[in-house]
Amino acid sequence: MKASNAKRRYLTQRVAISVLAVSLALVVIPVIGIIIYMIANGYSSLSWEFLTASPSQAGKAGGILPAILGTVYLMLGTILFALPIGVMAGIYLSEYTRANWLTRLINMAIVNLAGVPSIVFGLFGLAVFVLGLNLGMSLLAASLTLAAQALAMTITTSREAIMAVPKEYREGSLAIGVSRWQTIRHVVLPQAAPGILTGAILAMSRAAGETAPIIVVGAAFLVGGLPGSPFDRFMALPYHLYTVSAHIPGMPSEIKWGVALVLIAMVLLFNILAGIVRIKTRKR
Amino acid sequence: MRKNYERALKALQDEVLVMASMVEKSIKRSIEALKNRDLELARQIIADDEAINNKRFDIEEQCVELIATQQPMAVDLRIIIAILNMLVDLERIGDHSEGIAKIAIMVGDEPPIKPLIDLPRMAEKSCQMLSEAMDAFINRDVVLAKKICDDDEEVDALYEQVFRELLIIMAENPKTIKRATRLIWVAHNLERSADRITNICERVVFIATGHMEDIGASKY
Amino acid sequence: MTIGNLVTLKTDPANTRAAEDGHCLRLQQVNLYYGDFHAVKDVSLDIGARSITAIIGPSGCGKSSMLRLFNRMNDLIPSARVEGLVEFDGVDIYQSGIDVVELRKRVGMVFQKPNPFPMSIYDNVAFGPRRHGIRNKRILDEIVEKSLIQAAIWDEVKDKLGQSGLSISGGQQQRLCIARVLAVEPEVILMDEPCSALDPIATLKIEDLMRILSTNYTIVIVTHNMQQAARVSDMTAFLMVGEDRAGMLVEYAHTNEIFTNPKNKKTEDYITGRFG
Repeated sequence: MKASNAKRRYLTQRVAISVLAVSLALVVIPVIGIIIYMIANGYSSLSWEFLTASPSQAGKAGGILPAILGTVYLMLGTILFALPIGVMAGIYLSEYTRANWLTRLINMAIVNLAGVPSIVFGLFGLAVFVLGLNLGMSLLAASLTLAAQALAMTITTSREAIMAVPKEYREGSLAIGVSRWQTIRHVVLPQAAPGILTGAILAMSRAAGETAPIIVVGAAFLVGGLPGSPFDRFMALPYHLYTVSAHIPGMPSEIKWGVALVLIAMVLLFNILAGIVRIKTRKR
Repeated sequence: MRKNYERALKALQDEVLVMASMVEKSIKRSIEALKNRDLELARQIIADDEAINNKRFDIEEQCVELIATQQPMAVDLRIIIAILNMLVDLERIGDHSEGIAKIAIMVGDEPPIKPLIDLPRMAEKSCQMLSEAMDAFINRDVVLAKKICDDDEEVDALYEQVFRELLIIMAENPKTIKRATRLIWVAHNLERSADRITNICERVVFIATGHMEDIGASKY
Repeated sequence: MTIGNLVTLKTDPANTRAAEDGHCLRLQQVNLYYGDFHAVKDVSLDIGARSITAIIGPSGCGKSSMLRLFNRMNDLIPSARVEGLVEFDGVDIYQSGIDVVELRKRVGMVFQKPNPFPMSIYDNVAFGPRRHGIRNKRILDEIVEKSLIQAAIWDEVKDKLGQSGLSISGGQQQRLCIARVLAVEPEVILMDEPCSALDPIATLKIEDLMRILSTNYTIVIVTHNMQQAARVSDMTAFLMVGEDRAGMLVEYAHTNEIFTNPKNKKTEDYITGRFG
């Protein structure tokens, strides 16, 4: 009787572990599959020219340098606006607000901001930045639009990172007559920096992949030359991918996959970077 | 480490030395008062015994405070417990010399029945034992402590000698009985003082070894 | 007495009363509330300058809360409310316009868990002085050395000032935190169970240090270890939770008195281990 009980317990455990392992495989295998499939199909299009030349024949020949640069500029522009505002808002929310209905409302608004469909941000950008501030369809307007979308992420991660700094450090500083702001500036922020940075990098990599909002505020399929100023229109990898995949008849498939591969590589690079930052700081 | 506590413990032992030297002085002076018929000195000794008693309460209080606040352990605990016992003995020795001083007053200027020789020797020996006992206490010297207990036999022998001598005097001349009896009391006081000193030595052994043992069983 | 709208804490002739009768900190019928919770009830006591005062009592009796009255650390808790008079050097430190930063500079605090900042030992000690505007490297060097010597840790760390403050042992970390407080030259050092995270040897080292510091500083220590209070303090305050769960002062007297002959039955029961 006892023996059979033990046996059953053992069996149950085996089944549970198996189910968990299969679930994990279901997640991992498609990701690896997609990457392998992309590499297999897009590898042949990768060349020095592909990465450093401008497109010709509606993208069927030449390279994608303007799109790569456009995406890099977009990421930088996004973070330029989203990070400082996010950090400052994060500081304010974690250090200076009290827990009351207003704070709860604001926190809820920030959480919901992350859930707003990206095309809505596109329309918002069109209305406010392109038309309202009269920035035109431009890199600047797109950066601001993506920054608005990234804010939810940078505010939340900043706030979390700041709140995760143990209160012992704050008290230690305040208790020797150091002011609130100096404490935040010299004790809290250095401690929270890695967390804030991780959030910022992830926000950037997400901005790199956005397609819908930038179509509305300034991305173009083909622009003559590289963007020279923030007020120029620009190319971007996701939009380029969308166009070459959906709108150009007779596009060689290895070019589509090549563009996808470059985009994925950039996003992946940033995610790995975020991971490294996190691991390094955990060691400290 | 615990410098404050170390200091307090050291101060406590110094206080015991001070009290012992007060007692020693009291023994010496009491026999002097008797020998020289110095009533003034005798009264002074009686008055000074008050100071010895106060010293004892002082030190006792310090012991209690140290135990209450510093949680002494091991040898430190034994030192304080030993001191508490030694205080009783020292105070008692003080009382014995006070007793001698009182006898000196009673004797007043009655003519001596015999020259005082053995009694001062007893007193001298007791004083020597006491000062050696304090050396043993400070140095945790078990060997010296045991030697002092052996010395007690000398005091006992002197006591016996004085006793017999005085008995003979009394038998020869009953008029001396009153005066001789007083001298026997003096001898008895000194003999008891020496016994008390052997008690102190037993405490020294306790501090050093942690064992309580009877090392100086007196005949009396 | 006021600079701008800040009340200065500098002792002026009007406040010499405190200096005259040797009192440095004073509570007069002080009540502390956290929201509806009455944490400290009607406490009055005077703390003498350059002495060690221990606050003992069972858990949750408001010891730490009471300690935090003296540097207004309770201000960090939004619902905290103080009634009554809390004086430092003869000045009511809860009157409006008090410069809390200045107050905390003069009334430093050491916490239960050693909390060196994740920076070098040197930077930890120099942190306060730097924030208070000292930039000169030579002066900072001097302050760091002096503070570490005062905190009896200089010999142990002088060859590794550049190492992280977190790399040293718990006892050393706590002494580093004390050095960090000393570096801003306070007059009072509040200690909130400074040894509860330390082993017995490290604890005795801190206690020794407190004795030495008490010749120049006023020290108030909260401890749940009454033997520690007995060993180290000059005065002891015994706090207890009343029936309404508010902490109140049961007895305040010389430490010797409290531990050999307490006047209050509750104090006696507590220190003899019969309750609490």
